[in-house]
Amino acid sequence: MKDDNDAINSERRTFLGVAAGITAAAVAPGVILHTVAAAPRAEPVTSDVRWGLLIDTAKCVDGCSACVDACNHENGLNLQVMPAGESPQKWETQKAVWIRKIKLQDNQTGRVTTLPLMCQHCDDPPCVDVCPTGASFKRADGIVMVDRHLCIGCRYCMMACPYKARSFNHAEMHGQLTSVPRGKGCVESCNLCVHRRDFEQESTACVDACAAEGHHAIVFGDLKNPNSEISQLLNAMPSRQIREDLVLNTGVRYSGV
Amino acid sequence: MKRIVYREWRIPPTQFWSLLGALAAVVGMSTLAFGYMEHTGHWVSGMNSSVVWGTPHVFAVFLVIAASGALNIASIGTVFHKPLGRLSGLLAVAMLMGGLLVLVMDLGRPERLIVAMTSYNFSSIFAWNIFLYTGFMVIVIAYLWTMADRQGAPFNYSVGVVAFLWRLALTTGTGSIFGFLVSRQAYDAAVLAPMFVLLSFAYGLAIFMMVLLYSFGEDNRPIGPKILRRLKNLLGVFVAGILYFVLIYHLTNLYGAKNDSFENWLLFNGGIHTFMFWIGWILIGGLLPLGIIYHPELSKERNWIMAACTLVVLGGLAAMYVIIISSQAFPIQMFPSHTIIESSFFDGVNGQPGPYTPTIPEVLLGFGGVAVALIITVVGVRVLQFLPESLSDDVIPIDEETLSEDAFAKPA
Repeated sequence: MKDDNDAINSERRTFLGVAAGITAAAVAPGVILHTVAAAPRAEPVTSDVRWGLLIDTAKCVDGCSACVDACNHENGLNLQVMPAGESPQKWETQKAVWIRKIKLQDNQTGRVTTLPLMCQHCDDPPCVDVCPTGASFKRADGIVMVDRHLCIGCRYCMMACPYKARSFNHAEMHGQLTSVPRGKGCVESCNLCVHRRDFEQESTACVDACAAEGHHAIVFGDLKNPNSEISQLLNAMPSRQIREDLVLNTGVRYSGV
Repeated sequence: MKRIVYREWRIPPTQFWSLLGALAAVVGMSTLAFGYMEHTGHWVSGMNSSVVWGTPHVFAVFLVIAASGALNIASIGTVFHKPLGRLSGLLAVAMLMGGLLVLVMDLGRPERLIVAMTSYNFSSIFAWNIFLYTGFMVIVIAYLWTMADRQGAPFNYSVGVVAFLWRLALTTGTGSIFGFLVSRQAYDAAVLAPMFVLLSFAYGLAIFMMVLLYSFGEDNRPIGPKILRRLKNLLGVFVAGILYFVLIYHLTNLYGAKNDSFENWLLFNGGIHTFMFWIGWILIGGLLPLGIIYHPELSKERNWIMAACTLVVLGGLAAMYVIIISSQAFPIQMFPSHTIIESSFFDGVNGQPGPYTPTIPEVLLGFGGVAVALIITVVGVRVLQFLPESLSDDVIPIDEETLSEDAFAKPA
């Protein structure tokens, strides 16, 4: 005796086959695209590279602030608004500054030099040593930055930084950039445009701006790659670290100071 | 030696409540100041990118080191007899609470305190201090228990030793917060750690004596001239010790040419900072109290001793101002043998110090910490038996003190 239930229902088979095919066709591109798009961001940063800057002070032009303006624009620092009731003079001392221009004169010879100064991305960063929560950290690729979820705003890193490179957000934020989240009550500083690193872009805002002005005083690159432009320049010209005596092995080097 | 009787502080209720009310009012104002600063952001304070720690830290660090100093009286119970130990422990806990509250209230993100307690970076002396502070609190409370409870008495000696060692570690840790900073010229000196221990001895003792003299005076309890003389002489030694450390610190700096500009600035041309150093720290906090303490006549007067203690405390706040604020105000020397002639970020253009003018919310925050410490003390001595009934010389004959184990075995 034949059981009706044993008969193969070919209609149902066809339906399941078509449904699976349609589902795969709809979902697969999304999955593949997602994987492709996420690749640089999803991979952990490695210590195969060490990002750094070389600043040729001979090429840095007095009165030019292209790097500072570009940094402010790139990281949303230009969106800082002086709080109502604050005196402009005091606000100048409190607003966040990631990169600034300094002009100095040799006491003996009178020689004048201008240079941009920012976080020096030390190999042994004092700010990382002192941070009680570990919010101040160094990435494997040498970038020193602040984890804004861990920062409690104690400012000990600012006390410890030999370059005064860090800023504390003294006021409420308005209209932040999605690529550079910032928050009141946290400390921040130059992170070598870390969002660009994550999208594998090969420079920083200050470098681009300086080049656009035709000065080419700042070079960005991988200090570990002997063939990179920065390594070759460092090889060819004398350079030094600011506050060399502290032996912090900075990622930012200067020539002509 | 007679049995020591401890009694609650029996001042009239109206006086107690008005005292508490006044302190609560200060705490209330301070809470408002905290809310204001957190809501609007730190721009309402005078702190900035150059002077990142300001008035709140002056008060907080002062209270923290005074706390460990106050505990000394209990630790060196063999000198002063143990009747002073309970108050010493209470003051230590109270001041530490006050100081830590100020520190926490000043954080940019105080609501993330839980982060500070769950995520640690042990290369940070700050992270170590979190344990040193909380541990201190626990140990001192245990110490108080061994002093006040018969069951705890057998542990008095061992807990006392732990408490003493712990307080040394704590003040060393606090001093190291500054001493380990290589970036700023005024810090980066290991001598800061032992100097902080000395500072804590003096400030803790001065506050202890003020509280003792006031509470005993209001309640008409006797303090014998001998015990008072010992206390004030010890204060004199501590104050002189501070001056010694200050001298060593500056002599060391003066020897190296690289620190000439810093020393020249702080000692002669620093304006408010020079004033705070010489007039505040050295004169008010050092020479004047020493003059009173060792004056043949004045040193016998209770009011003058009180005045000397007050001067030590005021000088202590000035010392904290110099150590914390002046040291930051002096520009970081990034380019030796160069003068910065232009900067958009206050890098010490032509040697200009970093700007800082304290604002009212910051000052209120600091006062709040002091008020919290005093409230804990006032309520503590009022409701619990912290104060001995009498410290007169016949009740507490100092010279009868023994150094034997038995002395520790009995409940204090």
